[in-house]
Amino acid sequence: MTPRTLFEKVWDAHVVHRFPEGPALLYVDLHLVHEVTSPQAFAGLRQAGRRVRRPELTVATVDHNVPTGDRALPIEDAVAARQLDALAENARDFGVELFDLQSPNQGIVHVIGPELGLTQPGMVIVCGDSHTSTHGAFGALALGIGTSEVEHVLATQCLVWSKPRTMEARVTGAPLPGVTAKDLILALIGRIGTAGATGHVIEYTGDAIRALSMEQRMTVCNMSIEAGARAGMIGPDDTTFAYLAGRPRAPTGAAWTHAVEAWQELRTDPGAAYDSRVTLDAAGVAPQVTWGTSPGMVTDITGSVPDPADFPSEDERRAAARALEYMGLAPGTSLAGLPIDRVFLGSCTNARIEDLRAAARVVRGRRVAAGVRALVVPGSQQVRAQAEREGLDRVFREAGFEWRNAGCSMCLGMNADILKSGERCASTSNRNFEGRQGRGGRTHLMSPPMAAAAAVAGRLVDVREWAWEREGELAAS
Amino acid sequence: MIEPFVRHTGAVAALPRADVDTDQIIPKQFLKRVERTGFGPALFSDWRFRPDGSLNPEFELNQPEAEGATILLTGANFGCGSSREHAVWALREYGFRAILAPSFADIFYANCCQNGVLAVRLRPEEIAEVLRRHAAAGGDYRLSIDLETQRVADGRGFAAAFPIEAYRKEMLLHGLDEIGRTLLEEERIAAFERGTRNVERGTEGRISVPRSDFRVPRLGEGS
Ligand code: SF4
Repeated sequence: MTPRTLFEKVWDAHVVHRFPEGPALLYVDLHLVHEVTSPQAFAGLRQAGRRVRRPELTVATVDHNVPTGDRALPIEDAVAARQLDALAENARDFGVELFDLQSPNQGIVHVIGPELGLTQPGMVIVCGDSHTSTHGAFGALALGIGTSEVEHVLATQCLVWSKPRTMEARVTGAPLPGVTAKDLILALIGRIGTAGATGHVIEYTGDAIRALSMEQRMTVCNMSIEAGARAGMIGPDDTTFAYLAGRPRAPTGAAWTHAVEAWQELRTDPGAAYDSRVTLDAAGVAPQVTWGTSPGMVTDITGSVPDPADFPSEDERRAAARALEYMGLAPGTSLAGLPIDRVFLGSCTNARIEDLRAAARVVRGRRVAAGVRALVVPGSQQVRAQAEREGLDRVFREAGFEWRNAGCSMCLGMNADILKSGERCASTSNRNFEGRQGRGGRTHLMSPPMAAAAAVAGRLVDVREWAWEREGELAAS
Repeated sequence: MIEPFVRHTGAVAALPRADVDTDQIIPKQFLKRVERTGFGPALFSDWRFRPDGSLNPEFELNQPEAEGATILLTGANFGCGSSREHAVWALREYGFRAILAPSFADIFYANCCQNGVLAVRLRPEEIAEVLRRHAAAGGDYRLSIDLETQRVADGRGFAAAFPIEAYRKEMLLHGLDEIGRTLLEEERIAAFERGTRNVERGTEGRISVPRSDFRVPRLGEGS
């Protein structure tokens, strides 16, 4: 048997049919649905008199558009409320399970899938959201799709997809204290560019990846799309199985034993070939901060804003100049020391319990700087409850952070949580696009400890120096 | 049913920027609609309009010569970022039938095809050449795109071929209902669902993943 990559094994196991004109019909094991990209898909089904083929493989939640304040209050935004109502009605009519605003399991779709154990190795998982790549951390083939494809999956439980190419991203060595999974993936994107993996599925390998917890692996896979890859994967191992064991939707008893046996096969065979490869030495990575308006515009916190004139191509020079104008930054400005107005701890990249713990460690006993407004938005109501059990909410509140309910919130600013024009934000999210967090808002992406340190300092700081007396603690994050 | 695309001739608007993301094409504040329509007026909203709502005269699509354009000429990695199909709905409703770029983000490319918008990949030097010709023509520049022969030409000496996967080409040429087409494979899907590859029954030499009797259990059931 020819050696195969992890991706090829999962792919092969799901091909229902190969169309003579090229693409495959791929079976979908889990379809996650949220309120923003699904209403038109359900409307399409209704119009054509179609049903959801496998409602029991379909799970819905509300996240993008939900208020993160008091859940007892009615939703102020009537248009947003209509979208939430539409999902409730669609879920009811088509027999799809929904975690709504009242559910203790509500949260960002990419946080609740893993947390409930819905996300499992070897699955094909889709969702009308580009960060579906997150679930690849479990060795699933998980990808974002458009609304027409959502309708297609609802109706057929299959996706039409042309086999992508594969890329191995090998990360070796041990990161220095204060350097997180977020820094590794940002550094990688900085190296290969935001289109560096277009047309590819990335498999992350190497001892640095193996050493990551599941939550950190999710951070890495989450941002695969920011490198252009529709999916990122990590072969499942004992870390994966330990995370899944006992989750509400994970298999139990004999089914669990069988599942783990099967999942153990999900690794790239020795000698299997990737279409391309990239390597990164984790030990050489410093905490990363973006300076521009795409995640690839990133550098070390010890670095400075680049000069557009130094970029090799005309396109890059123009893009960098535009970005600096938007960000209100001059070439040569050092990133450390840059004053900030807002801090956002949240998003499907970095709002799981470990992220909140890491940020709380930095914040504990300190105060958010005067004039800075800082927000913690847990990734799910479960994460929120867990954090409250651990007293993290108190740590944040006492420091002056706002403590919110779960949702996408200021990651994309569909609800009321947005930046004002010109405000500069230290954010743990994944996109620093123009206007992403509010028109004219200036986003700097970074890790949770870095964002937490920025909140306290009121400016961007190198968490390694700034919290030197807590280095031991940081190393543990 | 998607809108078929066979051939199209139209005026060209240029947006010579790389990495235009879908957050720019249709900003998030417009994603609350539950219909597929109504997005055209919000296309590139933060770029087209000033904060006070007036037109931004500097933005490329607000130039008089861009008016009525049906073909968008742009930079690499167009449509990156969010999967929102609203971006393509907005482009289509605004009037664009085709987009020419050196490269497109994967999800956006697929979304275009689903809506009868042709995403044409040309080589970077060809895009640069078309941009030059567009600028030189001072607002009177048209292109013809023929999907059947996979060619783009300006009738003034520029012509180029573009690649497209046979499946997508068929879909666009005939305006196929992709769901209907997939449902023709019902037998195969059902056979797959009955599947031999599930954990309980085990398999030889193949990957076993929970499959045909895999069911998302209701909360609390698993434990
Ligand atoms: S948290 Fe942000 S990136 Fe993640 S699903 Fe929500 S909007 Fe998308």
